[in-house]
Amino acid sequence: MNAAARLSARRIWGLMYRHLALFRRSWPRLLELAYWPTLQMCIWGFTARYLASRGSGTLAIAAGLLLGGVLLWEITLRSQMGFAISFLEELWSRNLGHVFVSPLRPWELVAALIGMAAIRMAAGVLPAILLAWALYGFNLFAAGPVLVLFFANLMLMGWAVALGVVALILRHGAGAEALAWSVLFGLAPLSAIYYPVASLPGWLQPVALLLPSAHVFEGMRALLGPGVIAWRHLAAAAGLNLVWLAAGAALFAAQFRAARRSGALLSIGE
Amino acid sequence: MDAVVVEHLTKSYGPTLAVDDVSFRIPTGATIGLLGGNGAGKTTTIAMLLGLLLPTAGRIQVLGHDMATDRFAALARMNFSSPYISLPHRLSVAENLRVYAHLYGVPRTQARIAELADLLDLTTLLDRPAGQLSAGQKTRVALAKSLINRPELLLLDEPTASLDPDTGDFVRSLLERYRAQSGCTILLASHNMAEVERMCSDVVMLRAGRIVDRGAPAELISRYGREDLEQVFLDIARAPTEHVV
Repeated sequence: MNAAARLSARRIWGLMYRHLALFRRSWPRLLELAYWPTLQMCIWGFTARYLASRGSGTLAIAAGLLLGGVLLWEITLRSQMGFAISFLEELWSRNLGHVFVSPLRPWELVAALIGMAAIRMAAGVLPAILLAWALYGFNLFAAGPVLVLFFANLMLMGWAVALGVVALILRHGAGAEALAWSVLFGLAPLSAIYYPVASLPGWLQPVALLLPSAHVFEGMRALLGPGVIAWRHLAAAAGLNLVWLAAGAALFAAQFRAARRSGALLSIGE
Repeated sequence: MDAVVVEHLTKSYGPTLAVDDVSFRIPTGATIGLLGGNGAGKTTTIAMLLGLLLPTAGRIQVLGHDMATDRFAALARMNFSSPYISLPHRLSVAENLRVYAHLYGVPRTQARIAELADLLDLTTLLDRPAGQLSAGQKTRVALAKSLINRPELLLLDEPTASLDPDTGDFVRSLLERYRAQSGCTILLASHNMAEVERMCSDVVMLRAGRIVDRGAPAELISRYGREDLEQVFLDIARAPTEHVV
């Protein structure tokens, strides 16, 4: 690794260290990471167990799909929130001014936020996955190595959406911070988490298929149902993620520049 | 060689001119004061020097780097302190300094933090959360952050605002010592005229986004026939625009 790359890695680690130190000193933040995914798992786990207990094989499969959907959607949700909330932490602590006048490049800021999003997602979702196995005997890892591709695609989509959210916060300040919590809930109906894309109205299906998550959940149903790996859907999800990430990065870069032009970086916390 | 070269710097927000065709140079190793009332354009000028704000027109060169094309090379060699920007409150003083040591690529982090703690009398505060410190202690921590990378250019926005006279004097003495030892260039924006008289070899006076006068504090005092810089400041701030030099 050359000197420039080492310095770059150190700056990325510096920003991640700031967030990790915050977790070390604030246990409610740590608790909050796992709270919602675990709560979701409990609610939907009991629902799935009830469905499975009705006896029919179809309902038992539906119960598995429900649990798989809940867990995988949490990956997208926590990846997006982890990224956006890590950025908001800087804004809330009125520290962004110092960060933006340091030699930290915008792409390094994004890399640090991605690193923190991955850590926050793992800390939030892994307990829920373990709970699903312990309480309901649902082992998501039984899906095998292909699960890595599901995880990766959902995380990428979460980061792409978060880039867009952070771009809007850069431009519009704290007024846009509610998007950090709400934006993905708006995409959930189109992501076909609990039902196939085919069950959506015909005119909505092409829109849904523009979401990487819709392809991942189609793939999940193919795997947990007939037991086949839907490579076509996985490839579509990966391709769409590239487009989404490129769009998110372009929006972030444009809004960062616009914020430097308009002076929004000076008043971003307001 | 000049540490800072500002040429025809202009910043407009729609029809409002926040900074209007400002040019100045800061020789390496000098301490220059940037003075002006509220809304005179000091913060906007500093924000452009830091690369936080893009100029509408004009050129800024910092430590030989053009801020339009090479700002990160300059940012690594400079630093900034302002009481209006916080450090994360829940992190300890040492953790905060460690974060910035990483961001600025400071070698031998622990040794540098210990050195700064000694210099700024922070040794007993290193493990305390930044949010639990008094205003004076916070200012010393902010200064430690701004010195972490041994900056060649230091931009200070009201570094002693809201400090008691004793702490204010401590900060001023420390900055004078640091400049003398390191040869650092300092740009100081302040409303404390006694501080400016004491620390600055030259002063740039801003009003309504324009440079209205400049010179050494003693030279300005003599030119305006006043007893101190505060009276000069008031003359300039209250004079009709056409009477300003």
